[in-house]
Amino acid sequence: MRSLIDVKKASSNTDKSVVKGQDNIGLGGVGRSKKHDSADKHVAGEAIYVDDRPALRGELHAYVGQSTMAHANILSMDLSAVKAAEGVVAVITVEDVPGHTDIGPVFPGDPVLAIGKVEFIGQPLFAVAATSYDLARKAARLAKVEYEELEAVLTVKDALAKQNFVRPPFSMKRGDSDTAIATAAHQLSGEIVVGGQEHMYLEGQVSTAEPTEDGGMNIYTSSQHPSEVQKLVAEVLDIPLNKVLVDMRRMGGGFGGKETQAAPWACIAALLANVTKRPVKFKLARLDDMVMTGKRHPFENNYTVGFDQQGQIKGINIEVNGNCGYSPDLSDAIVDRAMFHSDNAYFLDQATITGNRCKLNTVSHTAYRGFGGPQGMMTIEMIMDDIARHLGKDPLDIRKINLYGKDERNETHYHQTVEHNNLSEIISSLEQSSDYQARRKAITEYNTNSSILKKGIALTPVKFGISFTVQHLNQAGALVHIYTDGTIHLSHGGSEMGQGLNIKVAQIVAEEFQVDVDTVAISAARTDKVPNSSPTAASSGTDLNGKAAEAAAKTIKQRLIDFACEKYQVEAAQVKFENNHVIVGEQSFSFAEFSQIAYMGRVSLSSTGFYKTPKIHFDRATGQGRPFFYFATGAAVSEVIIDTLTGEYKTVRTDILQDVGSSINPAIDIGQIEGAFVQGMGWLTTEELVWNEQGRLLSNNPATYKIPAINDAPEDFRVALVPNAPNGERTIYNSKAVGEPPFMLGMSVWSALKDAIASVNDYKTSPTLDTPATPERVLFAVEAIKRAAK
Amino acid sequence: MVKNKIKFLLNNRLVEIANLDPNTTVLQYLREEQFKTGTKEGCASGDCGACTVVLAELDPENPAQLTYKSINSCITFIGSIHGKQLITVEDLKEGAKLHHAQQTMVDNHASQCGFCTPGFVMSSFALHKQNNKPNRAEVLEALAGNLCRCTGYRSIIEAAITSSEGVAEDSFAKHYQQTVASLNELQKLPTPSLVGNGNNFIAPTNIDELATELTNEPTSKLVAGGTDLALSVTQNLAVIDKLIYVGNVAELTTLTETDSDIIIGAALPYSEFIDTLHHYYPDLGEMIERIGSKQVRNTGTLGGNVGNASPIGDMPPALIALGATMTLHLDGQERTILVEDFFIDYKKTVIQPSEFIKSIQIPKPKAGQTLKLYKISKRIDDDISAVLAAFFIEQETEQDGQKITKVRLAFGGMAGIPKRGLAAESALLGKDFTKESVAQAKKALATDFQPMSDVRASDKYRMTVAQNLIEKCYLELQSTKTRKVIETRVVNHA
Repeated sequence: MRSLIDVKKASSNTDKSVVKGQDNIGLGGVGRSKKHDSADKHVAGEAIYVDDRPALRGELHAYVGQSTMAHANILSMDLSAVKAAEGVVAVITVEDVPGHTDIGPVFPGDPVLAIGKVEFIGQPLFAVAATSYDLARKAARLAKVEYEELEAVLTVKDALAKQNFVRPPFSMKRGDSDTAIATAAHQLSGEIVVGGQEHMYLEGQVSTAEPTEDGGMNIYTSSQHPSEVQKLVAEVLDIPLNKVLVDMRRMGGGFGGKETQAAPWACIAALLANVTKRPVKFKLARLDDMVMTGKRHPFENNYTVGFDQQGQIKGINIEVNGNCGYSPDLSDAIVDRAMFHSDNAYFLDQATITGNRCKLNTVSHTAYRGFGGPQGMMTIEMIMDDIARHLGKDPLDIRKINLYGKDERNETHYHQTVEHNNLSEIISSLEQSSDYQARRKAITEYNTNSSILKKGIALTPVKFGISFTVQHLNQAGALVHIYTDGTIHLSHGGSEMGQGLNIKVAQIVAEEFQVDVDTVAISAARTDKVPNSSPTAASSGTDLNGKAAEAAAKTIKQRLIDFACEKYQVEAAQVKFENNHVIVGEQSFSFAEFSQIAYMGRVSLSSTGFYKTPKIHFDRATGQGRPFFYFATGAAVSEVIIDTLTGEYKTVRTDILQDVGSSINPAIDIGQIEGAFVQGMGWLTTEELVWNEQGRLLSNNPATYKIPAINDAPEDFRVALVPNAPNGERTIYNSKAVGEPPFMLGMSVWSALKDAIASVNDYKTSPTLDTPATPERVLFAVEAIKRAAK
Repeated sequence: MVKNKIKFLLNNRLVEIANLDPNTTVLQYLREEQFKTGTKEGCASGDCGACTVVLAELDPENPAQLTYKSINSCITFIGSIHGKQLITVEDLKEGAKLHHAQQTMVDNHASQCGFCTPGFVMSSFALHKQNNKPNRAEVLEALAGNLCRCTGYRSIIEAAITSSEGVAEDSFAKHYQQTVASLNELQKLPTPSLVGNGNNFIAPTNIDELATELTNEPTSKLVAGGTDLALSVTQNLAVIDKLIYVGNVAELTTLTETDSDIIIGAALPYSEFIDTLHHYYPDLGEMIERIGSKQVRNTGTLGGNVGNASPIGDMPPALIALGATMTLHLDGQERTILVEDFFIDYKKTVIQPSEFIKSIQIPKPKAGQTLKLYKISKRIDDDISAVLAAFFIEQETEQDGQKITKVRLAFGGMAGIPKRGLAAESALLGKDFTKESVAQAKKALATDFQPMSDVRASDKYRMTVAQNLIEKCYLELQSTKTRKVIETRVVNHA
């Protein structure tokens, strides 16, 4: 019954030649659109997630009691009713923790269970183990807790006024921004409130802890960081790391929400398993998951900019203020990344970027796809629009004129030179393929004739730095075995959350041996196979683990070559891996056959591999260095239509051109781009986190927190990869990271909404549009523009 | 007499259940009793679709035919599937061969983390069973209740839009006659009931049985779709000790038309009457397509939406604007009242203990009458309204001067109950519909309502948008009259 206005053709236009079919013909696999290794299991309901594992003998279920105050001392906690409740086997408080009571991932500040006070609503107070999930949940609600209420800090403004920070402030400087601003032809200033974001991974937080015979613990968890879970479980139990095994087969989505936020539930399950000597599963109900786990940091940023007659920036001061919640968690690095990305794609010239890490009495905010980068970029993209309206120009012209240059104007405010910069080519290519100029004209004309509905269009670029800014995390390990039937087993330190990491790494290993990718079996990430792994985060999964797996495969391959040379008296150049075969001089063996021969010849067919990212360094004391190995780039054009009477809107069309270098798997990469874009769009449009005046999260379930549904995806959605664009740095097969960068292309929708709003006053005023740009905010922005027009 | 038995087909296997707590949801039953973990729990509140399963039921019009409906298993009580075939994602594959609804997902790279995937597969499967060449709009309608956080949906849309070749030969088609026969057998059984954990469930099949049950046990909770009631169990951990399922009551599940009215049984799911309403009131049909999701509309009912008396239910304002009536039944006695008079205060209605809603009567449109509906929410689909505006306007013919002769402006989300804006109405009644009278009505609306701020919208937005919708209604009627089209809707409808 429903139809859309002005969308002639209702189909998506992603390059089908790239995406259609799996292209499973041929060997090796790098560069081919192999299907996700679990695709067949996903669709059949056969893929096993933690909660799907068969119950262990005697398995109990954990739950926690939660704080109802944002900031308070705990005067007393009466747990008698909890202990007496049906099915309850054990109840613990922090007093019962044998080891560390603080599970802060980088800095202390996150008690596993409350220690004398609470700092946010939903903070775990005590934990209960019961014979069923329902009974555990019911029992956890029966505690009687007396509090002494303390003053709570619930706004960023309040935290700034009180200098209430989780970590000290920090600035990055290049040149003398104050003078440059003052002496520029034009000055503007402004501020923006950027909302946070709930991860809403479809699979909630869940872990199972199983006591082992030697006082250790096996943990099955949905975590992006198994090694950290291992470390924290060992620490809370006061046992060595070698007694804790963490097994992570797959996650039902992560997006950063399971980087540090998976560990508390694993620790609590382990504590209860330790007390009861029985396996314990802890699964958070959705509402509790939303209340008790951290989200994307909301930010409140402000700027002052000086620019010339053409709109080119001469000097700028930006202050980014992250709402970190009650504890440091990863906030130091997240606000750093917001600062690093305050330039997005633009040369800021003389710049001072200051970051504050505000402490509020809410849940501790955490990693989320883009890791502060998106919140940093929002300010500069707002500035681009503001300068354009001020000078009466198309925002695209302002964006172009401010892009980093190739040989000059190419140093960031943290003194890294931007190399291999292809954004001007990407933008001009996209401008043409999306027909931007003609559509801009048509839209302006439409807006002149349409009184209620208005259209808007915007092109926004993204330049995103790739590497963990914490240097030591930029390492990875892998383990490859070849068995005597020629099949290969692959383990690596990365974790699969849907991004297709496992298939990409398998393709890399298959490529090395020139065998079918099906020859390579990938299983769970396990801390006893690949130790000391970094989180699968920062878009680094393939870059790091792909290289480590390649190194492992190369080691075995070299052994096979050496063996062949010795046994068959040939030169190394005469040993070739082709088409599931090993060619040795004139002879050809199937890969299975040759594996058997090598085994009989006592060749080790197993190897580890290791990789560390080269070139990177950053000195936080001076704010200078090269934190990023390279930059991932892309751009998007979005067109929207808004209703000036209600603020409702629709994204009509989006065109994306993303540089993924030489793609290891185009279909997987396109899936990442599409998904990231829609998630980014959701962040900036309908996904609204609402806390009340007591600090209670009101948008605490999917009925009140609205992620994009199928109708919200752009009606006409065209995604392309930059062709023939190998990464200028020597990454794995010269590919580029893809997980996070396209998330920020969602900014094109926000900027297009502002474009549509600006049309109401003939593009003379730059609308203020805080995010998420809900219909309510859009309507009020329209009304503000109407008032400005009068 | 302790009756304690429900029967259904679990795929092709006849299953009999007794001694199970009737508060058990189908999802819990599948995962915990049957160890079938393909069906996932994403939210346990019917908002994400990860738990979607399909029910095949006998078509009441033609018991030789099956209808396939997607439902949220997380908010469906186990007792309500008596007499039906329950199909889960594990049942689709034949041997090693994926079902077409699965294979197209693989071919289009439409799964990433895979957790929402079984739900999408099942929604797509149900769609293809009912419609072998769905167009894009039909696909979007069928899948709008399934959230995916990974893909951005483009690949899923392409997978689901793919023609249904192959579905005709799937295992369900092969077993069709056998399934029909088995389900017909199940209809002959005595009234299904279930006792477990000290809690009771019964599913009466006729109105007298229902009235008697409710008179004997006035504290019983009635459940139809359960799309709201089940949340008290899954979210608030409530235990319902007496549950009466009304979805099998013949008199409550009919759709009839008289010359003047459309009569909708209180326990008839939305999906059964949406087409009829769309025929008479296009805006209403389109608005219903935005109530909940396909899964919710397959089980959710008009009686539930009205009886629940939520200030943000979408149907009550529409029914009030249309001057609809409702028939209430108490132990053999019936009374008919205006829907408008049903609501007293926040979540309070005129319903008596043991009384239940039998049907709702909607008058058919007459010449000169228009119904305009506007649903304002953050997200287009599967979202609860910030404001629902329902405007019923009757105007004189052009020759007679076009004065407004009848007007009902009803709103949801603006007060503790769904309510008319009487002052705004009187600003329009007896006047021409002009810019001036619209301005008066907008002003008057501010005296009709003092809306509240909550997680969905601020008081100010609610009032502003409600006022603007009167203006929009005016513009749309003008536009129809002058045939000079002013585009007013980002999404058609509302």
